[in-house]
Amino acid sequence: MIIGKGKPIKNILAMIENCSKIIVAGCRGCVTVCSAGGEKEVGILSAALSLARETDGKPIEIKEVTLERQCDPEYLETIRSFVDEYEAVVSIACGAGVQFMAEKFRKIPMYPGIDTNFIGVTETQGVWTERCQACGDCKLHITGGICPISRCAKSLLNGPCGGSSKGKCEVNPEVDCGWQLIYDRLKELGKLDQLEIIIPINDWSTGRDGGPRKIIREDLTL
Amino acid sequence: MTSDSRLEKILSRGDFAVTSECGPPRGADPEVIQKKGALIKDSVDAINVTDNQTSVVRMSSFSSCVILKQMGINPVLQMVTRDRNRIAIQSDILGAAALGINNILCLSGDHQKFGDHGKAKNVYDLDSIHLIQTVKQMRDEGKFLGGDDIKGKPRFFIGAAANPFADPFEFRVVRLAKKVAAGAQFIQTQCIYNLDRFKQWMQLVRDRGLHEKVHILGGVTPMKSLGMANYMKKMVPGMDVPDNLIARLKGVPKEKQADEGIKISVETIQQLREIKGVHGVHIMAIEWEEMVPGITQEAGLLPRPKVE
Repeated sequence: MIIGKGKPIKNILAMIENCSKIIVAGCRGCVTVCSAGGEKEVGILSAALSLARETDGKPIEIKEVTLERQCDPEYLETIRSFVDEYEAVVSIACGAGVQFMAEKFRKIPMYPGIDTNFIGVTETQGVWTERCQACGDCKLHITGGICPISRCAKSLLNGPCGGSSKGKCEVNPEVDCGWQLIYDRLKELGKLDQLEIIIPINDWSTGRDGGPRKIIREDLTL
Repeated sequence: MTSDSRLEKILSRGDFAVTSECGPPRGADPEVIQKKGALIKDSVDAINVTDNQTSVVRMSSFSSCVILKQMGINPVLQMVTRDRNRIAIQSDILGAAALGINNILCLSGDHQKFGDHGKAKNVYDLDSIHLIQTVKQMRDEGKFLGGDDIKGKPRFFIGAAANPFADPFEFRVVRLAKKVAAGAQFIQTQCIYNLDRFKQWMQLVRDRGLHEKVHILGGVTPMKSLGMANYMKKMVPGMDVPDNLIARLKGVPKEKQADEGIKISVETIQQLREIKGVHGVHIMAIEWEEMVPGITQEAGLLPRPKVE
């Protein structure tokens, strides 16, 4: 899922400084699962903003909404009837949600209430780690199911750099060396010979470097 | 010969090679690199110039190599894939060849986190193995990575690094084999302090016959002090400084520690010369270049052989 993390309250307060009536909009998708932008967080953020503005002598009216998803147009329509009555929306969906809201509701500003961090997993309760950078050309079959592009700080495709030490990355001793993980996994699978393969120079055009991406499924389009 | 490199000639005829390196200055003064070059010129066969090592911005390796070249030195252009994409890399390879640089050391480079621009974006369009492949393809096939023909092929003696002390240990030789398969002709290793582990690695290298396909130059860095040894042991990832070396430096008075560090380096070089498959040494006297003539003299590496 997409993992995000709430922005500091003071940053959000600065965005809405001149507003007296806003919507705080959550999303029931990924950000609900990673406890950054679901219904619960909408309530917490709204309460915190109200309290801060109250204390500041500039009370603010906040409408709380949580959309099924902010990345699908039909769910955005559920707020169309009242959205223009407000001066701004603080969306605590991922960056895609915030942008899609901005595209669909042209008259009022959309402000991001969270930072969108990565595509990852819940490692243990309250701990999320990155797994995928959406490069558009999956190589997991060669690397034991562990991605060197997202798990190696240098995205090296042909083995660990000289900074891999005791299983950890040179960049941060808290972070596992991606290539150590690949090595260990291939060893478990009895497939260490796969390490001998030189993964060729990558085609990054399937990733971000090719410009904003688009997928069209002819069989599904109307 | 694949290039006009003095280093290639020396290694090809079976002489024990000596290389060293200069870190470029953090400024535009060419004299800094000239002084360093002059200090070690006659003690070595070629001099590496580091490419923004530890991700601290310095004068470019490329321009520093040109300065050394103008002094009659055979420079080794270190190139990291951290800061350049394949377009910039190929362009620099052509430019370096045009200016008479004929050795290149292909590296991935230290992560920018270690330097003075931790907020920078890294590139890593290629990894070090891809860089080796790139130089080889440009030289041997006369083709850019995009497939177009190159008019005027760049002729380089291609090098790479190896760290026998990083993990996973068993993968280290596989990685060397990949570098050799990609086209590496010489290897400069990480600083060697743990000779036992290095010998173990060389055994694996010989088991795969890699010592006959690539020239391995053992890395040697003299310790200036006990403090430096402790720092390298604890703070530098992928560095293996054994306790007995720390104890040896601890055992001499502070003012004698530098001398002891030099003595250890000389002994290391002598031991490296005895290891089958080690074809030279790479002396990295970090901001201590003036010690290189003494080390090479003591180790019996002087005078350096002449090359046509």
